[in-house]
Amino acid sequence: MLEFPEFLQVPLAGWVDAGMSWILTNWGAGFDAVGNAILLVLLSIERFLLWLPWTAVVVLVGIAAWRVMRLWWAGLLMAGLMVLIGTFGYWDLAMMTLAIIVASVIISLALGIPTGIIMARSNSVESGLRPLLDGMQTMPSFVYLIPALMLFGLGKVPAVFATIIYAVPPVIRLTNVGIRQVPHSVVEAAQAFGSSSRQILFEVQLPLAIPSIMVGINQTTMMALAMVVIASMIGAKGLGMEVLLAINRIQVGRGFEAGLCIVLLAIIIDRITHALAARQEYAVTT
Amino acid sequence: MESESISPNGEVCVEVSDLWKIFGHDAEQLLHSEKRFASKEAILEETACVVALRNVSFQVNRGEFFVLMGLSGSGKSTLIRCILRLIDPTAGRILINGEDIRGYDDRQLTNLRRYTTSMVFQHFGLFPHRSVIDNVAYGLKVRGVAKEERYAKAREAIAKVGLKGWESYPPGALSGGMQQRAGLARALATEPEILLMDEPFSGLDPLIRRQMQDELLDIQAELQKTTLFVTHDLHEALKLGNRIAIMRDGEIIQIGSPEDVITTPSDAYVREFVQDATPARVLTASAIMEQPNVLLYSWQGPKAAMHILKTSNLDNAFVVTRAARLSGLVTVERLVELIKRNGNSLKEAFEPDLLTATTDTLVEDLFPLAASTRYPIAVVDDKGKFVGEIYISTILSCMIQTQVEDTGTKEDMKPNA
Repeated sequence: MLEFPEFLQVPLAGWVDAGMSWILTNWGAGFDAVGNAILLVLLSIERFLLWLPWTAVVVLVGIAAWRVMRLWWAGLLMAGLMVLIGTFGYWDLAMMTLAIIVASVIISLALGIPTGIIMARSNSVESGLRPLLDGMQTMPSFVYLIPALMLFGLGKVPAVFATIIYAVPPVIRLTNVGIRQVPHSVVEAAQAFGSSSRQILFEVQLPLAIPSIMVGINQTTMMALAMVVIASMIGAKGLGMEVLLAINRIQVGRGFEAGLCIVLLAIIIDRITHALAARQEYAVTT
Repeated sequence: MESESISPNGEVCVEVSDLWKIFGHDAEQLLHSEKRFASKEAILEETACVVALRNVSFQVNRGEFFVLMGLSGSGKSTLIRCILRLIDPTAGRILINGEDIRGYDDRQLTNLRRYTTSMVFQHFGLFPHRSVIDNVAYGLKVRGVAKEERYAKAREAIAKVGLKGWESYPPGALSGGMQQRAGLARALATEPEILLMDEPFSGLDPLIRRQMQDELLDIQAELQKTTLFVTHDLHEALKLGNRIAIMRDGEIIQIGSPEDVITTPSDAYVREFVQDATPARVLTASAIMEQPNVLLYSWQGPKAAMHILKTSNLDNAFVVTRAARLSGLVTVERLVELIKRNGNSLKEAFEPDLLTATTDTLVEDLFPLAASTRYPIAVVDDKGKFVGEIYISTILSCMIQTQVEDTGTKEDMKPNA
């Protein structure tokens, strides 16, 4: 009675393994296609970012921060932080990391916003997806590396894939919440004037959900940034890999520099997307 | 269509017959059982269903202003939503221009809402992310009308409700009364055949409410829209309605002209309602007096006074002194005489038999006065300051209501002097 009885043990791990190998043998071609698509998006972004002269990137970041936050000194500060990344000698690696983040976020939004819309329009979809989303966010992020690795091998594609899985829940959730929070009286008025459900969505629900969706985009971006570091463990080149190498070789200084660059990147991305979200608030009174 | 759908006093525009709306899982089952006529509470207890509408039938003629009145929970808002199928009824027929809209598919329903009807909501239902003009033009936008044309029509509607100059503001920048003007403009901009209004003025403060009612009457006089108007306010119903349907617990218990409803209440419930409107015995002059549109001052000359009366379309007005004390009442006829004989003091044109009341005079005590004059009665406070005027018509309507309260019939009753 002291040990847990053996006959009650469920071989879940075995089933998952069997499932994975079944998927690999039967749907392998499909995953190759998905992998190639991800790679195409990622490489175009990475090439573009590395092609841009660093001065252009710094100036663009500065202008974006200034326009979005409406503070001239915020623009200067953000541009300065970008320069700081370069001074540590991590410019190219930072651009590679940024490319993975941007690719993951773009794909996350392309999947997440439509999913959020569907979720908002059907209660049964919502009650089905909710536990799945909870699970996706609570599961330790390392766990996603294994299926990503098995499906796509080593490299950047599984990194983007794992990042998407980890980062997509907030934008789904907040799109859903944003649409559901639109006052019933407003939707009813749109119905009463003969709007089609398409018109209700695009003329009323989505515009009013934008502040919430923007918060979702900010959160998704930040989660993508966090995951990118972890994804370096399966071979995604970038700042995360520098940190990983520094850990393995116990090079404190190198790890600190690379870690600091990730923090700077996080601050820049967070401030800009956060300000973008805050700007969307309408004066919704009555 | 059936011959009965054409009533003698005009063409029927909206006809509702045997309409039921039951909320709950066993709605269908309940509908086909005898239990459906049990009391609302008993049904709720036994079947967990809520009967919102029970066997409702009525007709609205083209151009008629039809008021649905009842307390909250009487089903009036559900009923008006059923007419657009914003809520789907459980059973019954709704004919609009002779077509049963319960049989409509999505496309037909959308077309009905786009081209035939418009609705004004209690909580305005304005789109907070659009400017006033885009709100007003919304009904035309969903129809696919080009921007220039829909803006032109929206501007017309905005002017009609007196919101000119506010086109580019967001609704959040407007006061409640102005927001509802925008709501009304949005409904009028599509030039609908039928206007549905769900307690449009009940969220507004009394002064604004009265003003909006007056303006709605003006608009209605001009446009003659078939209107279904929901309210819980008897005064509003009596003021606006050509006919009034009184609802209780999901049923219509009386339909009639305002006259009928006041004089022959169909049962205790309606009588109670009507009684609420007749507190003449306890009402004081200050409660029914109104602020005069125009006041004249004793130092003004007769020609100036004449000009003021003419431009404001009045044939009499009170005159007050510098200290706002009441000094008299002048009429157009007397002013004309005065000007003819070149007099220069308004005093010479005062109406001799000026009637005054104090703020705490009971309305009942004003009844005998009403018969003896055709000018408004002045109301002064205890220091002799002029504070308002009471129109004879207001007193007369209080008299009629008092008679109803006392006798419940049209029996003639002399006010006791």
